[in-house]
Amino acid sequence: MSRRNKRSLPLRAIFAWPAAIFLVGIVGLVSALTGDGWRDGLSWLALAAPVAALAWAMRARRY
Amino acid sequence: MTRRAIRLWFLVHKWSSLICTAFLLMLCITGLPLIFHDEIDLLTEEQPEFGMSGVGSSGTAEGLLPLDEMMQRALANRPGEVPVFMAFDNDQPSMTVTTAPRPDSPAAEMTIQSFDRSTGQQIGMVAESDGGVMHFLLQLHTDMFLGLPGMLFLAVIGILFTAALISGVVLYAPFMRKLDFGTVRVSRSPRLKWLDYHNLLGIVALAWMLVVGLTGVINALSTPIEDIWQANELADMTSEYAGREALPPARYGSLNRAMAQARTVLPGNNPQFIAFPGGSFSSDHHYAVFFQGDTPLTERLLTPALIDAETGIFTDARPMPWYYQALSLSRPLHFGDYGGLPLKLLWAALTLFTIVVLGSGLYLWLVKGESSSRAHLRKIEQLAVPAE
Repeated sequence: MSRRNKRSLPLRAIFAWPAAIFLVGIVGLVSALTGDGWRDGLSWLALAAPVAALAWAMRARRY
Repeated sequence: MTRRAIRLWFLVHKWSSLICTAFLLMLCITGLPLIFHDEIDLLTEEQPEFGMSGVGSSGTAEGLLPLDEMMQRALANRPGEVPVFMAFDNDQPSMTVTTAPRPDSPAAEMTIQSFDRSTGQQIGMVAESDGGVMHFLLQLHTDMFLGLPGMLFLAVIGILFTAALISGVVLYAPFMRKLDFGTVRVSRSPRLKWLDYHNLLGIVALAWMLVVGLTGVINALSTPIEDIWQANELADMTSEYAGREALPPARYGSLNRAMAQARTVLPGNNPQFIAFPGGSFSSDHHYAVFFQGDTPLTERLLTPALIDAETGIFTDARPMPWYYQALSLSRPLHFGDYGGLPLKLLWAALTLFTIVVLGSGLYLWLVKGESSSRAHLRKIEQLAVPAE
């Protein structure tokens, strides 16, 4: 396994993307509550982040 | 993190997940069609043609029929029953009147009639007890046909789900220590493949799963939340009526007058519904007119104006307490019905993510449960495959 020839990542690196996606998700969940129009659009973009992350991972990080 | 700490978190993750997985799968599967409740209704039910299309029944537009007349029509269809709720729409002249044999009848005995307030025509009538497939799914999703105990049980399931999510995040760190974000190792073994998908889908959908899980818990606690409001804030607002005998429906006064009185207290706001005396949203003596706030955010935050149902005199109006406002905001955040169809589609996609997380989690537990010799063998097989 790759584990033997790679050093441990720091917590910051492990959680960088997850934390970003989490925060974006919370913004998206709240923004559509506060009104219509661009606030809805922002929530669509924000909550599409998990779907985009999966699509990217399956293309770029699948071994 | 020490090995011991990891072991403990793993135990929390394993047991909180194992207990709730079957119920969460049920909730996800029934929840998927419920996301599109409105769209399904639109396709399967005949759409009424309104007399004054686009005029909200909650307003005061010329041509809308008086509330007393609407109530008379509703009661004429249900002889012997009493009014429980009257609810309004901001976008169309449609409105509903809920009646029941008694003011405090359980929901199962209630009948909801919809009307066009611009023509007085009845649009539909449904008993609470029958409502087709969607109603069946909603009941299963809400309380599994077990009433309050079922709702409270599902609240506990939601809390376990939250524990599983938090422990899952903690365990994400040791599992991903040597892997780049997004890594999915599909060519080694099914176990590694599903472990990576479990971690990836779980971590990217975390915000949504936490919010939908926790708002689900709050929704499941709606009955105690309403009871607490009635026993405290409402009792306080109507303290001068304490000890008086309940007002009999025969002495209910004019709704038109009550609504006009309530509007002078909270001008500019739209009424969402009127709760009648003796039900779970009013005292034994009041019409409780629940007004929405006047901005998109506060539209969901209600302020009841209490009008003496006999005399039409204003008693008190106070915004609902914070715990009830939390319930009001938990509804859209759980249902996903507040940002148009794209938001609903994303809600469905994230529900599918959750189903995969649950399914892969179950699979990982089952595979782990195999005899240690087979697990050992697999480890050797994995080592035999060269690293990428």
